[in-house]
Amino acid sequence: MYLYSLTLQRATGVVCAVNGSFTLELLRPDEAGRIQILHSVEVFGAIRSLAQFRLTGSQKDYLVVGSDSGRLVILEYNVAAARFDKVHQETFGKSGCRRIVPGEYLAVDPKGRAVMVAACEKQKLVYVLNRDAAARLTISSPLEAHKSHVICYSVTGIDCGFDNPIFAAVELDYSEADLDPTGQAAADAQKHLTFYELDLGLNHVSRKWSEPVDNGANLLVTVPGGGDGPGGVLVCAENFVIYKNQGHPDVRAVIPRRDDLPAERGVLVVSAATHRQKSLFFFLLQTEYGDIFKVTLDHEGGERVKELKIKYFDTIPVTSAMCVLRTGFLFAASEFGNHALYQFQSIGDGPDVEASSTTLMETEEGFQPVFFQPRPLKNLLRIDQVESLMPIMDMKVTNLFEEETPQVFTLCGRGPRSSLRILRPGLAISEMAVSQLPGTPSAVWTVKKNVNDEFDAYIVVSFTNATLVLSIGETVEEVSDSGFLDTTPSLAVSLLGEDSLMQVHPNGIRHIREDGRINEWKTPGKKTIVKVGSNRQQVVIALSGGELIYFEMDITGQLMEVEKHEMPGDVACLDIAPVPEGRQRSRFLAVGSYDNTIRILSLDPDDCMQILSVQSVSSPPESLLLLEVKASTGGEDGADHPASVFLNAGLQNGVLFRTVVDMVTGQLSDTRSRFLGLKPPKLFSAMVRGRQAMLCLSSRPWLGYIHQGRFLLTPLSYETLEYASSFSSDQCAEGVVAVAGEALRVFTIERLGETFNETVIPLRYTPRKFVLVPKKKHLVIIESDQGAFTAQEREENKKVFFEATGIGENGTANNGDQMENGGGDNDEEKDPLSDEQYGYPKAVSDKWVSCIRVLDPRTGETTSILELQDNEAAFSVCTVNFHDKEHGTLLAVGTAKGLQFLPRKSLIGGFIHIYRFIDDGKGLELLHKTQVDGVPLALCQFQGRLLAGIGPECENKLFPNTIMSIHTYRDRIYVGDIQESFHYCKYRRDENQLYVFADDSVPRWLTAAHHIDFDTVAGADKFGNIFFARLPQDVSDEIEEDPTGGKIKWEQGKLNGAPNKVEEIVQFHIGDVVTCLQKASLIPGGGECLIYGTVMGSLGAMLPFTSREDVDFFSHLEMDHMAYRSAYFPVKDVIDGDLCEQFPSLTPDLQRKIADELDRTPGEILKKLEDIRNKII
Amino acid sequence: MQASDRFNINSQLEHLQAKYVGTGHADLNRFEWAVNIQRDSYASYIGHYPILGYFALAENESIGRERYNFMQKMLLPCGLPPERKRIEEDKARPEASHELL
Repeated sequence: MYLYSLTLQRATGVVCAVNGSFTLELLRPDEAGRIQILHSVEVFGAIRSLAQFRLTGSQKDYLVVGSDSGRLVILEYNVAAARFDKVHQETFGKSGCRRIVPGEYLAVDPKGRAVMVAACEKQKLVYVLNRDAAARLTISSPLEAHKSHVICYSVTGIDCGFDNPIFAAVELDYSEADLDPTGQAAADAQKHLTFYELDLGLNHVSRKWSEPVDNGANLLVTVPGGGDGPGGVLVCAENFVIYKNQGHPDVRAVIPRRDDLPAERGVLVVSAATHRQKSLFFFLLQTEYGDIFKVTLDHEGGERVKELKIKYFDTIPVTSAMCVLRTGFLFAASEFGNHALYQFQSIGDGPDVEASSTTLMETEEGFQPVFFQPRPLKNLLRIDQVESLMPIMDMKVTNLFEEETPQVFTLCGRGPRSSLRILRPGLAISEMAVSQLPGTPSAVWTVKKNVNDEFDAYIVVSFTNATLVLSIGETVEEVSDSGFLDTTPSLAVSLLGEDSLMQVHPNGIRHIREDGRINEWKTPGKKTIVKVGSNRQQVVIALSGGELIYFEMDITGQLMEVEKHEMPGDVACLDIAPVPEGRQRSRFLAVGSYDNTIRILSLDPDDCMQILSVQSVSSPPESLLLLEVKASTGGEDGADHPASVFLNAGLQNGVLFRTVVDMVTGQLSDTRSRFLGLKPPKLFSAMVRGRQAMLCLSSRPWLGYIHQGRFLLTPLSYETLEYASSFSSDQCAEGVVAVAGEALRVFTIERLGETFNETVIPLRYTPRKFVLVPKKKHLVIIESDQGAFTAQEREENKKVFFEATGIGENGTANNGDQMENGGGDNDEEKDPLSDEQYGYPKAVSDKWVSCIRVLDPRTGETTSILELQDNEAAFSVCTVNFHDKEHGTLLAVGTAKGLQFLPRKSLIGGFIHIYRFIDDGKGLELLHKTQVDGVPLALCQFQGRLLAGIGPECENKLFPNTIMSIHTYRDRIYVGDIQESFHYCKYRRDENQLYVFADDSVPRWLTAAHHIDFDTVAGADKFGNIFFARLPQDVSDEIEEDPTGGKIKWEQGKLNGAPNKVEEIVQFHIGDVVTCLQKASLIPGGGECLIYGTVMGSLGAMLPFTSREDVDFFSHLEMDHMAYRSAYFPVKDVIDGDLCEQFPSLTPDLQRKIADELDRTPGEILKKLEDIRNKII
Repeated sequence: MQASDRFNINSQLEHLQAKYVGTGHADLNRFEWAVNIQRDSYASYIGHYPILGYFALAENESIGRERYNFMQKMLLPCGLPPERKRIEEDKARPEASHELL
């Protein structure tokens, strides 16, 4: 089996983020306050750290990347080409995320003179940055600052003006602890803050200064120095923030705690951002609970620090990185869930601070803690968010809503930010207006009054016997003074020349001049106009019978008949391309006929109406559109690649047919076709981001547009439309107006470039698994959270808090949720302190909350929710039909009570609950509860019985560790072990015994499993690999033929396990922990592929190749691409589609070179790539 | 170092051991081996953000806390070292918590 792997939805989790002036940030907030992803690159590696720097006196920032490649890479953002250019790439070590190979930490000198790259242990390298005579960035060979047996926690560059660059690191020496059996040395182990000085004169790095630091230290933040501040660093430690500098006493302040935090828990800073203005700087530190604190330093003229103040700023979901943008925004890259962009309302400069170094109290038990209450956002205002699926916990692809394409149901997020997201392939749209019309319209156009106008002036709607003209202003209303003939249907309405309007109706052409004069052209005899094609200078009409008449505008602005041409039969459709820039006319006319042909005719005066080329198609064309595609990544303007004109044809059989028109000869070549839907696609031109795009209306609407240099054809998630036109007004710059049924609709298209659009249904706790209830079409979701309070307890604590605040006490001993009511007093509905923003209050770690939810996905309504009591948490779920069939379909849920991981995994008991569906599947009723010994992590129905994988002890101790998945097919049972890959079992009914007849020889830490066929299962392991395990055919046959089913062999107990071993036939490294796998097809009639979802929130597909030829083609295109995809196991039989899809972004020369080696043209390769993508989605 | 030493297998080994942490030697005991493996594992978890996220989900902690915990565990990953003479086999316990996903 050969597979083609393609990422459908890029991972949406952010590992690290930096902002800077790459002349533009990568995430650029635009004027409307939206965040656009300017650029994203697939690196085929793991990025671990990022830092930006700027050379002194330069205006441009560079980006340094620390990755798993054993290299230091410096990138420069190339605005013209909208891509990153690699400036330097310095190899220093082996690839892979290794303990002593640098890449984990990066620190740059604030003046951009040096960069330090460090590993978790031992190695630190310093590179000196400079520039040469041509102002190009230069980099030195690395200087070593290694120290053995030292663990490094954090690295940063010290701001020391133009003195020698200094880097600070938090280090811990473990050499003594490893040798001392008494544990004394380990207890005494002390973290140190060490300063490394780079002597620019001697070109040498030395340890300059080292001093003990709080043992909870985990993060360093640079304090502005030089002339701007005191220099030195902030050391963020568990519960404390400490200012340290060489020759300066420590200034320590305690981080305030939430009142409800259990005493055993510390407060750790997880992300930090610095804001610098001319005379002012402050730090924003976010704790692991989401609270942001503003830290300010009181210093005397940039010398001594007198006081360190910590003030509660606001609370936002926990981030992995925060960036303060100079324009007054804060970008927060969330750890899990959607990222957000906040605007600063104020900078929290009130005098009331929660903690300060001067009020620090030291008692016998240590430093006195300080408490605070989270409150609603005061300083920040969320203005936009970026959707993130991270983490995907479970996923199912099914067509529950009976739509044209299946939906992807994913469980995402964690804790209070969990959600069920229903993904549909396609772009999201936002509807601006819907208005009913008197009758059923057949067509709609928008038209400007003058070519220089920014916005459209009229919407013209045609009915079967009339035309309605609406003017666009503050409101949209009917007008009668437009000059359009309203007693007849219209065939086309457009702007002609600079400022005149044209209406084509079946009996003639009406040309409305700017001054109100009207010229009419009438059809000869009894003929009527059937089709029209026009641009600003040229009009071609087709009369019934097949006569074409060509008009052109002359210098005086008159529409003149130029040429006639008799076609062999009736014309089905025609189109003229827009007038190219700087030209008088467009050269090509495309005419589609009912004899299944499309002809290209010339409109040049020399050979006017000559047929240039003919293309036969599979079905009569319905609609034609000539579209100029500047397919390139060469730049915004496409300067690198010449534009090519595509002839698009919507055929009556629902296929969209695209072919390239040669700009000189008009020859057609390089055809591509794609099935769009059941109705013949009608094609319309539209504008997307200022470029020409194409709307295709079939049984669902599609949009063909250019995104990051690539032409994409994507469905829109909207109902069937009849006719559409682009629309532009001051409320909506790039919209679409369309008619469907009796309504006129105006909408805009959002989030361009995304593959899926989502519907979000919030959930209560971290979702674990879900099942679809067949027939009833409900979902049953199990959700569990560790270390949290139940909804009831939170409600009760809320009341307690009300009483507590009544007496003005804050630090009372209640440890529940006091936040939901915050300042909101009576304003319950708004609930400004939602859990979603603030997180659930932390409970002790062995406390669990869990619920079972029945949800109707069509309405998004929860029909029933069962909260589990007594510290029970649900971990597995399945539907089951027992063989006595007494109750019909039942629901089985596996739970654990009082589960604890540390110091050793323990639990009070495991249970399997059996529920019956009541109220037509909307509710649940407990039938039975069985106690078991371990955690039932996997449940499965098998021959009218229920199989439960309970720890290692599934009936007869066959399995080494913990069973995490069970699949069944016919009489085989496929068991996935958490640490030991798959085991194939059989069940002997007569002896009521299970036995393993085959297992895997590789120890796989399974995270997801899916059954593929009788002999094959697909699995994913913890390290980000996907593999297929297959039982060899001969062994499989042997077992099926053996009357004992291979049991005798099993009883002999050889080979350290099962007598047969499965073979791993497919290996692939995804680079992300895969949490769910499913075999499904995402498009109707498309091939089945393996869909996976990951912790970082990406979705991907692996499509089996159907022909050997394709395998050869793609493996040649891929060439030698092994390292990353073989990070743990050598890649086997999988083509990396993400790499192949980089082909269009290469320079034309390189494309041609690669194509030559494959004996193809670049066009053929592009077509092949497009084809295979279309097979998947 | 003398020129002849450079070709001596022992000095080459020593060089390797000094340069690459975790290079084994003939007298390596089980504890030292396990400590090394565990430290490598923790460093790998820290380096792979998705794995950190996976652990964070299982333990319901933030990713930042999870990273800090793993760093802290690098100090004594397998508990206290055994007595010099009595080299006991301290079993390195794998992480148990990721089972629940």
